[in-house]
Amino acid sequence: MSIQVKDIHKQFGSFVALDKVSLEFPTGELVALLGPSGCGKTTLLRIIAGLEQADSGQVLLEGEDASGTHVRERQVGFVFQHYALFRHMTVFDNVAFGMRMKPRAQRPSESQIRTKVHDLLQLVQLDWLADRFPAQLSGGQRQRIALARALAVEPRVLLLDEPFGALDAKVRKELRRWLRNLHDELHITSIFVTHDQEEALEVADRVVLMDHGKVEQIGTPEEVYRHPATPFVYSFLGSVNLFHGRIEDGTVQVGEDVLHDQPDAFRQGAEVIAFARPHELDIVVDGEVGKGVSARVNRVLSFGITARVELDGVNGSSGQHYEVELARSRVTELGLAEGQIVRLVPSRLKLFERQAASPQ
Amino acid sequence: MAATKTFRVLPGFKITLGFTLTYLSLIVLIPLAAVFIKTSELSLGQFWDVVTTPRVVATYKLSFGLSLVAAAINTVFGLMLAWALVRYSFPGKRIIDALVDLPFALPTAVAGIALTALYAKNGWIGQYFDAIGVKVAFGPLGVLVALVFIGLPFVVRTVQPILEDLDTELEEAAVSLGADRWQTFRFVILPILLPALLTGFALAFARAVGEYGSVIFIAGNIPMVSEITPLMIITKLEQYDYAGATAIAVVMLLLSFVLLLVINGLQAWTSKRTGRDR
Repeated sequence: MSIQVKDIHKQFGSFVALDKVSLEFPTGELVALLGPSGCGKTTLLRIIAGLEQADSGQVLLEGEDASGTHVRERQVGFVFQHYALFRHMTVFDNVAFGMRMKPRAQRPSESQIRTKVHDLLQLVQLDWLADRFPAQLSGGQRQRIALARALAVEPRVLLLDEPFGALDAKVRKELRRWLRNLHDELHITSIFVTHDQEEALEVADRVVLMDHGKVEQIGTPEEVYRHPATPFVYSFLGSVNLFHGRIEDGTVQVGEDVLHDQPDAFRQGAEVIAFARPHELDIVVDGEVGKGVSARVNRVLSFGITARVELDGVNGSSGQHYEVELARSRVTELGLAEGQIVRLVPSRLKLFERQAASPQ
Repeated sequence: MAATKTFRVLPGFKITLGFTLTYLSLIVLIPLAAVFIKTSELSLGQFWDVVTTPRVVATYKLSFGLSLVAAAINTVFGLMLAWALVRYSFPGKRIIDALVDLPFALPTAVAGIALTALYAKNGWIGQYFDAIGVKVAFGPLGVLVALVFIGLPFVVRTVQPILEDLDTELEEAAVSLGADRWQTFRFVILPILLPALLTGFALAFARAVGEYGSVIFIAGNIPMVSEITPLMIITKLEQYDYAGATAIAVVMLLLSFVLLLVINGLQAWTSKRTGRDR
């Protein structure tokens, strides 16, 4: 089922949680709502579910306005961060709950319920836990049971609110892969909220990036990672180096250093923010070339396939920290020592004009 | 021995246990034992005669019956009160929260006189009941009113913390799965609150059975109609019939003990059933 939200506005006191948000979620896709905490992603999810009311705007489920429809009738499956399993019921009863609550006329027989519950428990690979109570399960198991419970009522949409947020790193990774497989099997329109960019990029078909109640960018994981549309997206997705500069004579000046030939059209004297990913920076030892930003080597970490060099800005960019990812051979070649002054030369640089609202 | 010793940050198992046992003996066990010892002055036949006189039997029915009813009423309304106090915020909430404890603090005689004045035929509330032909004060109904009054805090105070811990997410989960309001309450909230409700019920009941001060003013103390068991004991004492008084006390004690045992058993069973003890 497709979901559309139109001009959703929600305010808590003077805090604007959602600022005229319009989005479309096509049928059968797994979409991630990604953003820092307080960006409004959970509020949006709860409004779609009907657990919260928007101040203005519409939620369309399959083209129909659902604003007046109660949660009970929206047929959405909701999965909570802290599972919200009924602790006084066994796993079996938890999963059967939705079916047993149906009006008598629509309620399946007890044997049908039994079959269905066991099918679902097999789907989440926890059939052997049917008689346990939630308190006896691990976090990962509980969340899978919560998912089975949500699926039991055959929802038209699956909404997951930080489903892996309360789990430890290893289980989280496992469940991510598992959720992706499950979605490929069921093809149910799903939206999940997360603040973990890795999780969003790895699992979702499409990522919606949100900040301060606004949508910053929508796209496939590859699109948003490779071509961030705004400074926020750039700094939120993956680690990044940030330079504050000024356009002068067709170049970017950072302090007294020249960062880059300026290919984009920016007006003379404009204040800009420049972003470069750690692997998009190279280190040159002082004196070689007249370009690049000066920095002092702070630490060289070379335990992985690539080496990471941490640097501190000097010369008008002091207080800034930089991170550069280089091939191990390159680091050996350079022979970097702690405290050495070097220059950073970007191979690729993304520039944004600085506005009052920009971060940092 | 040293190998089995477990390390604790705060030592003092022996001294605390010793103190507990001594204290419990002095305050609870010895006085209770005295009740049985005093009663044993009577022969079994005499004992049976004392505790089964129709007038005394009528007081058992009244005391235990009305205490159960009062505890039941307090369970229902105590739950509602606790719910309102936990879930909503309204002006004067803290004052109402403090008022709940008033029946604990108020001298029971004061409560009794106040209730009698209110519910008497010409009282503020009693006059309306009188108009429809219902006699509240100086009858069994008056006893019930007093018992409800003194038992009120128990259920509120036992259920309140559990309700505060109860995540609204559980209700949201239930609704999103298609449960209506009644089903959400009946199948999700109530089972979680049940052990606490039973504890509150047991406490309110126990308090009501032993209540004397507030009841005695409003009851009217009509033999066979509105006399409570504690009054029988006092009456015997006033006649210097100590053995007779303790005989009735023994019956009260045993009945209360059995009922509390049943309620506690029920409570253990419900919490076990909900997987909390496992």
